[in-house]
Amino acid sequence: MNEYILQVKNLKTWFRLDTGTLKAVDDVTFSLKRNETIGIIGESGCGKSVTAHSILRTVQNPGKVLGGEILYDDGSRLADLVNYKPDSREMRHLRGREISMIFQEPMASLAPVYTIGAQMMEAVMVHQDKKDKMAAKDACMEMLRAVGMPDPEQKFNSYPHQMSGGQCQRAMIALAMVNRPRILIADEPTTALDVTVQAQITDLMKRFQKEYNMSIIYITHDMGVIAEMADTIAVMYLGRVVESGSVKAIFQNPLHPYTRGLLKSMPVLGNKTGEKLNAIEGNVPVPLDPPEECGFCSRCPNRTPECGAGIPSLKEVEPGHLVRCFHV
Amino acid sequence: MRKYIVKRFIYMIVLLAIMSVFAFVVIQLPPGDYLTSYIASLQQQMGEVDESVVLNLRKQYGMDRPMWQQYFLWMRNMFQGNFGESFQWRQPVKTLIATRMPMTIVLSLITLLFAYAVAVPIGIYSARHQYSIGDYVASILGFVGLATPSFFLALILMYYSNRYLGLSVGGFYSPEFQNAPWSFARLWDLCKHLPIPVIVIGLASMANVIRILRATLLDELKRPYVVAARARGLKENKMIYRYPVRVALNPIISSIGSILPSIVSGATVTAIVLDIPTVGSLLYNALLSQDMYLAGACVIMLTAITIVGTFISDILLVVVDPRIRLQ
Repeated sequence: MNEYILQVKNLKTWFRLDTGTLKAVDDVTFSLKRNETIGIIGESGCGKSVTAHSILRTVQNPGKVLGGEILYDDGSRLADLVNYKPDSREMRHLRGREISMIFQEPMASLAPVYTIGAQMMEAVMVHQDKKDKMAAKDACMEMLRAVGMPDPEQKFNSYPHQMSGGQCQRAMIALAMVNRPRILIADEPTTALDVTVQAQITDLMKRFQKEYNMSIIYITHDMGVIAEMADTIAVMYLGRVVESGSVKAIFQNPLHPYTRGLLKSMPVLGNKTGEKLNAIEGNVPVPLDPPEECGFCSRCPNRTPECGAGIPSLKEVEPGHLVRCFHV
Repeated sequence: MRKYIVKRFIYMIVLLAIMSVFAFVVIQLPPGDYLTSYIASLQQQMGEVDESVVLNLRKQYGMDRPMWQQYFLWMRNMFQGNFGESFQWRQPVKTLIATRMPMTIVLSLITLLFAYAVAVPIGIYSARHQYSIGDYVASILGFVGLATPSFFLALILMYYSNRYLGLSVGGFYSPEFQNAPWSFARLWDLCKHLPIPVIVIGLASMANVIRILRATLLDELKRPYVVAARARGLKENKMIYRYPVRVALNPIISSIGSILPSIVSGATVTAIVLDIPTVGSLLYNALLSQDMYLAGACVIMLTAITIVGTFISDILLVVVDPRIRLQ
């Protein structure tokens, strides 16, 4: 058995638009160990969500996975998900059963016209060879209880609009967990929730990880959450992973100027010096037909003429710590 | 749920009452009435007409009374099943409408079913394959369908189906079945006559439904719950029909209320061209000859169908959309 359950190598997901090619994901590389959590962090529009959808092959049109490898090890064999067609049997078999996903907006991610129970039942039954309603219902109720849904019997027959945001996110997690997946992709699962509910949800995910031996890909732009949740971190900028390594390496020895900027822009609890928070100058450019240069060079404090000359490669500076910068 | 339906039902009754006033006012609006023209023709035939004769006629029809009394007289009679006499046909209005109403309703329902049966799949296809050739073809046909005057299309279809398919066109039946008793042969004859009116009348609403469905489904397809359902491992086709299409059908269902009257009454011109005896063409003739009781009854009937149609679509909407049930 492979040490890694999922390895993404040089993933490319591009959107061919009338105005040009949007390179939403352009060379993303990271690896996920069994029973561990990888945090993918970056600003809005850096390609985090597209990366997640590329793994599940649910990228919306006109986006296409055009290159790279997504190696998934189900314990018996290694499959490259890039080779499967998005609506193929193989992909559908994986979705929701081996690899599940929870989404940013829990309210909008539940279909408005079906009850929570109906949607969960469907998620279970679609992966059953022999359709067994009783067993499916039992599994759903058990999971609703496990996620701490108040009054699960009644919530089973409730519609999303009858529940609060936190309850909807619990329902989403129950929906994603009901088939006991090996990988859970959490795409900013707490962004739309208030802070107390956020903590409950992250605790829930950590508990499930232990109970069900699950690996998690946790996508967020919140450095604080990631420090708490993740074992390893991949920092993304403009469709590329610019730095990756263990939580310790990233937080204690950040090498890429972007990672440093991100860490400096984090508020520190109890900091009374009255200093302003550091902000990274400028905005993330839109990767529409991007030039062949380091993606961060337009905002980098340490830029040199060399930075515009090409795209730096991801170099291993110490074991497990990779950086994409000309100057390290 | 029950409260909602009762509330809707009360609205429906109130609306019907208000509409009856409007109907009455509308048929009274044109200057003169049937009696004026009747007396004029009497004068032409017999020279002088005695004042007392005129007065008697006015009294007989209740036209010497104030307007509001005439309205209540009309309403009272209607509740007793007496819709008055048609001046022009010299028959009770009730008989005239009773002979036409069933076929009008049958034709409308078939047209409605046809329009939805064709438009819904096309709308779904158009949304799922936005900007594909098929989508453009459907859009062009849809706009052409909206823009073509129905009488013109009726003429073309009549010409071609008579010329190349050898069908007898116009009316509901071929002459030999016109007054024949019901039999399979007569039913079959009816079936052969229905396609042209159904297509002609249904085309505009079809185009409408395609546009509405395409637009709403395009919106729904982008919603996160669609991606979430896909990420659960459902088959693409099944997922599309179970999730976004299901939601996108709501505006279509609520449009039944507005499409039904346009099918029932908007078919008037088509009905005249195709010579099919519907309530629409009856109303048209009644208005031309100021046959006020007939016109009034027709207007009331058409409004009733519209309002009942809206009522039905409201209830259907509650059944399919749980979000409405809550309020």
